[in-house]
Amino acid sequence: MNTQIATFLSKRRNWAIPYTVFMFVFVVMPLVLIFWYGFTDADGTLTLANFKKFVTSSEAVNTFVYSIGIAVITTLVCLLLGYPAAYILSRADLNASRTMVVLFILPMWINILIRTLATVALFDFLNLPLGEGALIFGMVYNFLPFMIYPIYNTLQKMDTNLIEAAQDLGANPFQVFTKTIFPLSVPGITSGVVMVFMPTVSTFAIAELLTINNIKLFGTTVQESINNGMWNYGAALSLIMLLLIGVTILFSSDSNNSNEGGVL
Amino acid sequence: MMKKIFAQAYLWLLLALLYAPILIIMIFSFTESKVLGNWTGFSTKLYTSLFAGEVQCSLISAIWNTFAIATIAASVSTILGSIAAIGIYNLKVRARQVMLFSNAIPMVNADIITGVSLFLLFVSLGVSQGFTTVVLAHITFCTPYVVLSIMPRLQRMNRNIYEAALDLGATPFQALRKVILPEIRPGMISGFILAFTLSIDDFAITIFTIGNEGLETLSTFIYADARKGGLTPELRPLSTIIFVTVLLLLVIINRCAEKAAKK
Repeated sequence: MNTQIATFLSKRRNWAIPYTVFMFVFVVMPLVLIFWYGFTDADGTLTLANFKKFVTSSEAVNTFVYSIGIAVITTLVCLLLGYPAAYILSRADLNASRTMVVLFILPMWINILIRTLATVALFDFLNLPLGEGALIFGMVYNFLPFMIYPIYNTLQKMDTNLIEAAQDLGANPFQVFTKTIFPLSVPGITSGVVMVFMPTVSTFAIAELLTINNIKLFGTTVQESINNGMWNYGAALSLIMLLLIGVTILFSSDSNNSNEGGVL
Repeated sequence: MMKKIFAQAYLWLLLALLYAPILIIMIFSFTESKVLGNWTGFSTKLYTSLFAGEVQCSLISAIWNTFAIATIAASVSTILGSIAAIGIYNLKVRARQVMLFSNAIPMVNADIITGVSLFLLFVSLGVSQGFTTVVLAHITFCTPYVVLSIMPRLQRMNRNIYEAALDLGATPFQALRKVILPEIRPGMISGFILAFTLSIDDFAITIFTIGNEGLETLSTFIYADARKGGLTPELRPLSTIIFVTVLLLLVIINRCAEKAAKK
């Protein structure tokens, strides 16, 4: 018996088995269940009624579109603020930049709800109104590090010989940036965009706190329907969000592939 | 030169923006006022009442639950993830791709969908939700990060060293302990730290798996608190302490890394 265990363990690919089982139960099965609940009614009969309910509810559709809009704006602001920061950080000497990068990531260690409430406090303190502006500021504040870090990583790893080659071949600093540095940093940008867009578009609870319950995002619609016992409807809404996320990832991996192929 | 000053100024301005809300919390942890943003004179009363346990016992138990869940989830994730990483590394290309793809799902997926999906799993299995389900949920989203922090270490490792150890008469177990383990240990440590902080910080997945039998973590406590209106004043000193602790930990880790690099 013992030798059997020993031979089983000595094949080290068998070590993947426990995690395979775990992932099947806690990752694959739950996703299958979302599909199952989304396409059935409370009695378990197949139906599209949950999706019909979403499409015909103008409030739900509006919330969905509005959430995408907020996420797009947040992502753009993060990119505009974060790219220069990542670029400066990657040019600094290694020791100084490592400390700075840590400083940028550090606020992430504060609980997201406390950070959000701190933003509310800041707006109160400065006598600024809570609303759309506070919402976007809070989102940017919460997710900016997600944009800076991947861009910093790609810029850091970039082969500096390429930049020197561009300079030797007569490119001016602007051309070096637009023709060499920027195209090479696109993988970092796409992962930054995905990492900011996804949590922003799927967030819940935060928007309510930042706007004193005036603005509701799609994530809250999902949470409310689950909380109110409408599991099938909640699952269908989750599927719609999953579709959105799938499209985002497909789009990002697509642009990364074409970049490797030398387009741009 | 001018350009450099401008660049530095930009970084510091951005940092100031990022830290402004945290600084406000820190400053207002030294005043008694119930409302954040209202300065009523310097006082350490919030600190003393936090440490004397004069706050609602639900806050104390929420802190306790948060750390208990994080410790268990991070430990299990580190063990499960390390074993999995070694296994995945030794799989054939196709199987490895499938595993790494599934491993990426909880990382890429939105928290709320992971939360809803786990909620549906527990509901359809008829499991009553509470401490155990939260721990299981946290292991689910923490393990992928452990796997990913160990994989590069294995890939960088020279396979020949392991073979050499076997040729020199080591048993597979000894080779694992003396060759592979030292190689992946840094990945395990950073994976554990990552898992621990992710678990402490999580709100979205916890709220879907915590059930409604009164169990609270720090996140759900703050959420309930904020919905009721105000933030319990003692959360200000608590956040300050957490933040300073993390800051110190990171400084120590950085110092150690620098020392190791110099050697």
